[in-house]
Amino acid sequence: MDFALSDDQELLQRSARDFLNKECAPSFVREVTRSDDGFARGLHEKMAAMGWSGLIVPERFGGLDLSLLDLALLNEEMGRTVTPGPFFSSAVLATLTLLRSNAAALQKAWLPKLASGSAIGSLALLEESDRLDAIGVTLRCTKNRRGYRLNGTKMFVLDAHVADFMLVAGRCRAAAQDGIVLLLVPRDTPGIEIKPLLDIDQTRRPCEVAFRDVELPEAALAAGEGRAWKVLSRVMDAAAIILAADSLGGAQKALEMSVEYSKVREQFGRPIGSFQAVKHICAEMVSDIEPARSLVWYAAYAFDHEPRQAARAASMAKARLSDVYSRTTNRAVQIHGGIGFTWEHDMHLWFKRAKWNEVAFGDATHHRERLAQLSAF
Amino acid sequence: MNLSFTADQETFRKQVRSWIKTNLPKKDTGAQPLESGDPKRVREMKDWQRKLHQAGYVAMGWPKEYGGRAADVVEQTIVNEELVLARAPGLIGMMGILMVGPTLIQHGTVEQKHRHLPKILTAEEIWCQGYSEPGSGSDLASLKTRAELVGDEFIVNGQKVWTSNAQYADWMFCLVRTDPTAPKHKGISYLLVDMKSPGITVRPLVQMTGDAGFNEVFFDNVRVPRRNLVGELNLGWLVANSTLAHERNMLGSTTRTQQMFNGLLRLAQTRQRYGRPAADDLVMRQRLADLMIRVEAMKYHAFRQLTDSIRGRPPGIGASVNKLVSTELNHDIAAAALEIMGSYGTLARKSNHVVDRGTWPIEFMFTLGLVIGGGTSQIQKNIISERGLGMPR
Ligand SMILES: Cc1cc2nc3c(=O)[nH]c(=O)nc-3n(C[C@H](O)[C@H](O)[C@H](O)COP(=O)(O)OP(=O)(O)OC[C@H]3O[C@@H](n4cnc5c(N)ncnc54)[C@H](O)[C@@H]3O)c2cc1C
Repeated sequence: MDFALSDDQELLQRSARDFLNKECAPSFVREVTRSDDGFARGLHEKMAAMGWSGLIVPERFGGLDLSLLDLALLNEEMGRTVTPGPFFSSAVLATLTLLRSNAAALQKAWLPKLASGSAIGSLALLEESDRLDAIGVTLRCTKNRRGYRLNGTKMFVLDAHVADFMLVAGRCRAAAQDGIVLLLVPRDTPGIEIKPLLDIDQTRRPCEVAFRDVELPEAALAAGEGRAWKVLSRVMDAAAIILAADSLGGAQKALEMSVEYSKVREQFGRPIGSFQAVKHICAEMVSDIEPARSLVWYAAYAFDHEPRQAARAASMAKARLSDVYSRTTNRAVQIHGGIGFTWEHDMHLWFKRAKWNEVAFGDATHHRERLAQLSAF
Repeated sequence: MNLSFTADQETFRKQVRSWIKTNLPKKDTGAQPLESGDPKRVREMKDWQRKLHQAGYVAMGWPKEYGGRAADVVEQTIVNEELVLARAPGLIGMMGILMVGPTLIQHGTVEQKHRHLPKILTAEEIWCQGYSEPGSGSDLASLKTRAELVGDEFIVNGQKVWTSNAQYADWMFCLVRTDPTAPKHKGISYLLVDMKSPGITVRPLVQMTGDAGFNEVFFDNVRVPRRNLVGELNLGWLVANSTLAHERNMLGSTTRTQQMFNGLLRLAQTRQRYGRPAADDLVMRQRLADLMIRVEAMKYHAFRQLTDSIRGRPPGIGASVNKLVSTELNHDIAAAALEIMGSYGTLARKSNHVVDRGTWPIEFMFTLGLVIGGGTSQIQKNIISERGLGMPR
C-alpha cells in the first residue's frame, strides 16, 4: 500500500511545469487563441519531442508506455497553464481509442505518428442531441461490398479542423450499444465538411463535421459491432479522468493567483488578504482542492489497476472536479474584483476553461447519476 | 502508487475479519448511551477496547515496550477498514489513544511513558482534555487556570469547561498558566492530572442532545506532582499544539465518516418515500452520490497523508483540512438521513416508531458539536489561510 507519486512521476511533474511556464505563458496562450486555427504547431512539436504525445503509447509504436496516472499528471500541468491545442483530442482521445481498438493495421499505421506528433487525431462522438449514451450515436453507417458509407453530422468534434484523421462513431444497426462501429476517417476523405464552432473557452476548438456519402474501405474499421461501444466507454472514462486532472491543475493555479493578488492589493489601508472573508474563501479552495487531488490520483490509478472500480472512480473524479474547478474560478474572479472581470486580466482564461471542462464528457449531475447506478443505490 | 495488499496482508485481513465476527459485542444491551456516563455502558465499552487491544488491534504502530506492536500503518488501516465493515462500536479510550498517547510518545519522559501508555491501551485509564475555559475557547492561549510550582508540586486553581468524558475519566491532560507575566503563549505548561486528586469537582453539562456529554471541571488547590509536567515548564504551548494536530486528525478520521455514509445508504435503500425507496428519487440520488464522492475523496486523501507520514514528509496544514472537511461532511450525512426519514427523522430516542434506535437525530446534533469542538471551522480556515497560504494577519 503506497499512495504517493513515484520519484519519476514527481520529476515528470516538475519538468512539465518548468517547460510550460516557459513555453506556454498566458501571453502565449492569448496569441494562440487569437489565431484562426488556435493551433500552435511549434509547441505541439516540442511537447511531442519530449515524449508527451506518446506517453501512454507502447514502446513498439514509439511511445513511452507509461500509465494513465502519468498522463493525468501531465494534463494537470497543462490545466495550470490553460494550454491550447489538440493535445487532448490527439494524445488522449484518438490515441486511447486506437489503443483500445483491435485494429492492428490501423495501430501500426497511426500510433507511431500520433506518438511522434507528426499526425493529429480526434474523436467524433457527439451529435446534435448532445447525448453521451449509445443512443446518441445516430450517424448512418451502411456496409457495402467495398466497405462503409457514412451519412450524418457530428458535433463538438475537438480540433477536427487541424486533425489528420478522426475516429468516428457510426451506427450500423438499431441495437443501442451493439449497433455501433468505430471507423478511422482521414480528414481529406471526399464528402467531409468541417465547420469550426466558436466556444467561450478559446483554448478549445470544437467543430461541426458533416459526412455526405463518405466512402471508406473495409480497413477503416477500428472497432466493430459489439465492441465499439466498449472501447468508447473506456475512452470516455479516461477522458473524464484527464479532464478532472486538467481541472485540478487549473483550480490550483486560480487559488495561487488569488492568494498572490490578495497579498498585494490594498484597500482600507491593508492588503485584502488580511480580511477574513477573503482568507476563508481561499481556505475553502484548499479544502476543496486537496482531497480532490487524492481522488484524481486514485481514479487514474484505478483506470489501469482496478478495472472493477475504474468507471466509478472516473465518475467520482469528474463530478467532483467539475464542481470544484467552476467554484474555484468563480471565487477567484471575485477576489480580483473589477480587474478580474476584464478581458485584459488573465483570470477569465481559467474561468472559461473551467466551464468547458465542467460539461465536456459529462457534467457533475451526469456523473453523480452514473455513480449511483454503478454503486447500485 | 500501489493500492494492492500483499498476500500476507490479505491473510491478516482474513484473521481480523474472523476475530471481529466472533468478538463483536451485542448491539443493544439496555445500557444508556456512553455520554450519560452509565457505569454499565462504560464497563462494556472498556471491555470491548481491552479485548481489541489483547487481540493486538489497538494503536498497532506504538513501540512494543509500551504495549504496541510497532506494526506498519497498513495493518492498522486494514483493522480500521474491517471495523467499519462490521459496524463495530468506537473506542472509549480515543482521547488517550489518539491524543495524549502520541503526545507522550513524542514529548513525555520515559517514566511518563511507562506509567501511562500501557493503561491507555487497555482502557484501564480513560483520559479527558482540559483545554477550554469559560473565557478561552478559540483564543485558547489566553487561558487562566493557574498553576504555581511550590517545591516539587504544582498547586492548580481555576476552571475548565466543555470537558468531554470528564464524568468518567481517570486522568486529564491539562493546560495551565505557570507564568502570568510572560506573553500569553510563553507562560503555559502541560500537566497530567489525576482526576481523583482532592480539590477537583466535576459538574456535568447537558448537551443539546439531552446527554451530559461534557462537563465543567473546577480546581481548588489541586496538587499535581512536578513529574507530571510534560515538556518544559512554560513551554506547554508547543506540546499542546502537537496534541491539537492529533486531535484534528482524530476528528477528521475517515473511518467514522465511511461508517456513517454506509448507514445512510442502507437507510435510503430501505426507507420508503411516496411508495418507493428514497434512493430511487432522482434528487436524493444526486445528494447521496455527492456525499459518496466526498467520503471517498477523504478516504483516499487519508491514504495519501498516511504515505506522506511514512515517508517523513511534514503534514503542513493537512490536519486542519481533514478536521474542517470531515466534520462538516459528517453533519451533511446526518442531515441527509433526517431528510430521508421525513417526520420520523426528528422522533426522539425514546419515542414509539423511532428509526435506527433514534441514532440519526443524535448524530445530526452531535456532528454539529464536532464542527465546533477541537477548533471551530472558522479557526481551521484561519489556520489554513494564515499558516498554510501565508496570508497576512
Ligand atoms: C461537543 C464538544 C466537545 C468539546 N470537548 C472539549 C474537550 O473535551 N476539551 C476541551 O478543552 N474543549 C472541548 N470543547 C470546547 C471547544 O474546543 C470550544 O468550544 C471551541 O474551541 C470554541 O470555543 P468557544 O466555545 O469558546 O467559542 P468562541 O471561541 O467564543 O467562538 C464563538 C464563535 O466565534 C468564532 N470565532 C472566534 N474567534 C474567531 C476568529 N479569530 N476568527 C473567526 N471566528 C472566530 C468561532 O468560530 C465561533 O463561531 C468541546 C466543544 C464541543 C462543542
